[in-house]
Amino acid sequence: MIGMLASIPYWGASLLRVLGGIVAVLLPAGTIVYLFLFKMMSFMQSRLGPMEAGPYGSLQLFAEVGKFLQKEDLYPDGADRQIFKLAPLVVLASTFLLIAVVPFGPDAWFTNFEAGVFYALAVSSISVLGILMAGWSSANKYSLLGGLRAAGQLIAYELPMVLAVIGVVIQAGTMNLNAIVEKQNAGSMFGFSWLGNPYLLTQFVGFAVFMIAIQAELTQAPFDMPVAESELVAGYMTEYSGFRFLIFFIAEFATAGVFSLIASVLFLGGWGVPYKWFGWHIVEGHVGGGVANWMNVVGPVIMLTKMMLISFIIMWARFSYPRFREDQLQRFAWKVLIPISLANIMVTAVLKVAF
Amino acid sequence: MGLVPKPKMPGMIKGLGVTLGTAKRTVFPGGLLKAPAPSKGANTVQYPHEKEAPPVRARGVIALHEDNCTSCMLCVRSCPDWCIYIEGHKEMAPPRRAGGKPRQVNKLDRFDIDYALCMYCGICVEVCPFDAIFWSPEYEYSEPRIADLLHDKSKLGEWMGTVPEAPELEAGADKKGKK
Repeated sequence: MIGMLASIPYWGASLLRVLGGIVAVLLPAGTIVYLFLFKMMSFMQSRLGPMEAGPYGSLQLFAEVGKFLQKEDLYPDGADRQIFKLAPLVVLASTFLLIAVVPFGPDAWFTNFEAGVFYALAVSSISVLGILMAGWSSANKYSLLGGLRAAGQLIAYELPMVLAVIGVVIQAGTMNLNAIVEKQNAGSMFGFSWLGNPYLLTQFVGFAVFMIAIQAELTQAPFDMPVAESELVAGYMTEYSGFRFLIFFIAEFATAGVFSLIASVLFLGGWGVPYKWFGWHIVEGHVGGGVANWMNVVGPVIMLTKMMLISFIIMWARFSYPRFREDQLQRFAWKVLIPISLANIMVTAVLKVAF
Repeated sequence: MGLVPKPKMPGMIKGLGVTLGTAKRTVFPGGLLKAPAPSKGANTVQYPHEKEAPPVRARGVIALHEDNCTSCMLCVRSCPDWCIYIEGHKEMAPPRRAGGKPRQVNKLDRFDIDYALCMYCGICVEVCPFDAIFWSPEYEYSEPRIADLLHDKSKLGEWMGTVPEAPELEAGADKKGKK
């Protein structure tokens, strides 16, 4: 993989990376929307969902995209045009920046930052800016309320998310996402190495906090106060139509996919399976023995499977629970999640030193 | 009252179970071992392909039994939406018995109901003293052009064929029927 990339010129490699990034963002978004939002949600409500476009409505996504592209790109009279136009792109850009750091295989990554965890957490909060821009520039009180609620919520839940990840970083001893994957699959728990050491088992508190926090970061249902359709029309998206609404929509579910990918990297062992299963070993800090090239192909599939599992949990909770009130939501973040994740860091640090 | 709402864990788990259980019943109506059959498990009907018979007394469309109408205008005046239009003229009809006087009857020239306006309140059906207006459960008469929702008296007469037999009332009561 590395040899292949080295033999093509820089612009070609960059083009491949961009195309790969688009696929890596749109494919999870599409599968989540079709499988979970269209089909699973319908089944959970004892109906069938889209059935007309293609077999079992499988082409419904194209119909939806076509519908949105046909619609007029409207601007409110008092809107701050430039900002209004830019806002959805900022939200989507944060998703694309986020995928850049996710490893899909031993060498199948877009960038391999040493401080990958730090980068991912920093970049994921850019979407707050886009949402605030959308809310403010729409010149609509519902949009503004939605934008402010979103800002308050995303900032409040950013903290437990970061603190939950710190436990993983302490245990892995590295911030490089690829190294975290290797550590989980090559590791052992109490000398028992058949399962590797997925941090889901040792960092289960961190995993729970992380899942709740990303549910809130994605503004999915129990935490969908910013877009509460029964009180704010559609929150910060109220004034958007056509193409720009589509971008918000894609960004919402693409971010769900990317966050699921990151959760599976941090807690479920990412692209790998426990090395013990097939008797693999680590060579120079990487999985060796001619397996690496295979894992670059199989890794993305394993990642996608784990992503589906995580996003299934996200969507399941979304379809099951009613909405939190704004004050409950803030209290839950500041008075429950943050103390729990702080305690988790303490315990992890103590155990890390002890063992 | 505590500052932090106490999470009700059993209830939350139960909530997840309800949605998952509904999904299971929808996808696998015959149990997990049978092949998935969501179109059997769902409570909904895929409308254009399969149809549900509406209840006999459903308010689908209003039918006109023209011979019973005397153009008394009661339905027109009681209609909240003013969606019924009646025009008529008087005619002399031959006497009922030999040697009698010719009778004066009201002939309908126009009886239109504009279903773009109708709100299906059924007051016209209730108010008609001559059993000329009936409810029919037919509901498939949408039109691409809104003007085509104005049904004239021949169209309203055609709906008479779809009017179900009035349900049996208590013994001795007068049944409303097509005479």
